[in-house]
Amino acid sequence: MSWIKGPKDFWSGMLFMAFGLIAVAVSSGYRMGIAARMGPGYFPRGLGVLLLILGAIITLRGLRSKGEPVPAFVVRPLVFVLGTVIVFGLVIPWTGVVLGTLFLIFVASFASHEFRWKEALVAGILLAIAAVLVFIVGLKLQLPIWPWPWNQ
Amino acid sequence: MDVFAHLATGFGVALTPINLVYALVGVLLGTLIGVLPGIGPVATIAMLLPTTYALPPVSALIMLAGIYYGAQYGGSTTAILVNMPGETSSVVTCLDGHQMALRGQAGAALATAALGSFFAGCVATVFVAAFSPPLSEFALKFGPAEYFSLMVLGLLGAVILASGSLIKAIAMIILGLLLGIVGTDVNSGAQRFVFGIPELVDGIGIVGVAMGLFGFAEIVGNLESKEKRHIVSGKVKGLWLTMAQFRAAWPAVLRGTGLGSILGLLPGGGAMLSSFASYTLEKKLAKDPSQFGKGAIQGVAGPESANNAGAQSSFIPLLTLGIPENAVMAMMVGAMTIHNIQPGPQVVSSNPELFWGLITSMWIGNAMLVVLNLPMIGLWIKLLTVPYRLLYPAILLFCAIGVYSVNNTSMDITMTAVFGFLGVLFVKLECEPAPLLLGFVLGPMMEENLRRALLLSRGDPMVFVERPISAVMLAGVVILLLIMALPNIRKKRDEAFQEEAA
Repeated sequence: MSWIKGPKDFWSGMLFMAFGLIAVAVSSGYRMGIAARMGPGYFPRGLGVLLLILGAIITLRGLRSKGEPVPAFVVRPLVFVLGTVIVFGLVIPWTGVVLGTLFLIFVASFASHEFRWKEALVAGILLAIAAVLVFIVGLKLQLPIWPWPWNQ
Repeated sequence: MDVFAHLATGFGVALTPINLVYALVGVLLGTLIGVLPGIGPVATIAMLLPTTYALPPVSALIMLAGIYYGAQYGGSTTAILVNMPGETSSVVTCLDGHQMALRGQAGAALATAALGSFFAGCVATVFVAAFSPPLSEFALKFGPAEYFSLMVLGLLGAVILASGSLIKAIAMIILGLLLGIVGTDVNSGAQRFVFGIPELVDGIGIVGVAMGLFGFAEIVGNLESKEKRHIVSGKVKGLWLTMAQFRAAWPAVLRGTGLGSILGLLPGGGAMLSSFASYTLEKKLAKDPSQFGKGAIQGVAGPESANNAGAQSSFIPLLTLGIPENAVMAMMVGAMTIHNIQPGPQVVSSNPELFWGLITSMWIGNAMLVVLNLPMIGLWIKLLTVPYRLLYPAILLFCAIGVYSVNNTSMDITMTAVFGFLGVLFVKLECEPAPLLLGFVLGPMMEENLRRALLLSRGDPMVFVERPISAVMLAGVVILLLIMALPNIRKKRDEAFQEEAA
């Protein structure tokens, strides 16, 4: 798209406008009130409008002045780091700390291009022991150690 | 003398065994993350915040503060030995510190950094103790209009002194303010931006925001590049200075300390700005500026003292006005809020033990750092050889369990991952995340003060310019904006940051 001269500015402006639009749209459902008696919609709608204006200026700047391209997303670290953490959060009440840690360390290690599976396995076992000692023995967090059939 | 009585109260708190232990844990962890590149103080404080819920507030703050100034010490070790900044505030230490190391003067450079930092820490502690009470007394007179104007000035000042595009930074602040008011409105009870998600009714947690933006995003970013780290390890001997080196270093230490203490007070200031400014100053004052970049001891002594002084004096606006001036101070606001302490001028009078305990613990922490770190340098160097592929999964694990344990819900981890994704996106679009965090912690306070100010004035916006203190602050805002609009100054600012980045 050659008409976008500064892609970084252009897309960040669009992002801010999108957030601004959401803020204005959602907060228009809240009572606005008047300046002397502000309702819950007053402040967020003001911020949303400001964000829309700033976003528009930044987008325009992206159309007018030259800038670098936006670097591409590298899929592997993004998916393996963030995805693993989300799955970890969802399964930990059932898998317990030990199994959860083994899963997280092993799969998250795969995000690096230097992945070595034996090393990841050993690290997982050691960290599972460390996690139990630090979080459950040391800090006394209310988390199961073992998977659900045994975690009473 | 009031100050001495107060300091005595402080030492009474800070010297209890439990608080000594937490100060020690804080400075050790701070040094650790300072040494290791790839995880900064903001992410670390976010990681540890959940574990401090059960502690008394003063112990929690003592530990978290220790992390911040401990990181300044640790960062210099990596900078000197590996030519890689462990923290952003030690970027300039690389320049001359590593050159000294290459000439076999690593020991002298490390000793200069440690002793300079200790001296600066001692002076800055006294500075904080002397300036905070009068400033907070003055701030007690502030009404909601003054507070609102002060927050506008503080937020704007913070982004002007930071690098990068100004307008993007302002947009990030506003986005942060919006994120900050997600949840139940205290005044009307209305649920805002909740989207039917029950976990959002209490608002978005600062731990998730900070850990996502500063922790996860950083890890993903590090894994994207395929560069390998070069570890230069060698024997470090003779951790001491010759008389000539000492004589060359001490004026730089004094200047760095003074500069850092003052720059730390400014919004956006703190460790990083102080060290850059001190390096520039030392280079200007030097008899032979050509020596800089080739191992000038002043180039280590000045910035290292300045960053530590700046790290400490940046607590003054936080403790007296309740205004955080950088991302680490925003985390401290989060920590205080979690313990039901509203940061602001009333802290000195309502929680004197907390206030003075925290200040005196800074001095104790600095003393610990010198005593511990010089002998432990060998251990820190060993840690540098742990490869990143082993390090980051462990960091992720501790982050994930930490976030989960706050409320025992999976939703918190998902939220953190969402902010991690946003963080990656912001880096690619060159939007700094720090202003967002500042806006985030100030959001509810700003709305409350705006509401109260306009309620008292019956909706008349002139209240902000009719009250003199508020008017002065808003005039400051206008002046800052005008200055930034002048093309010459903007060019100078860009150049300054380019030079620093190079």
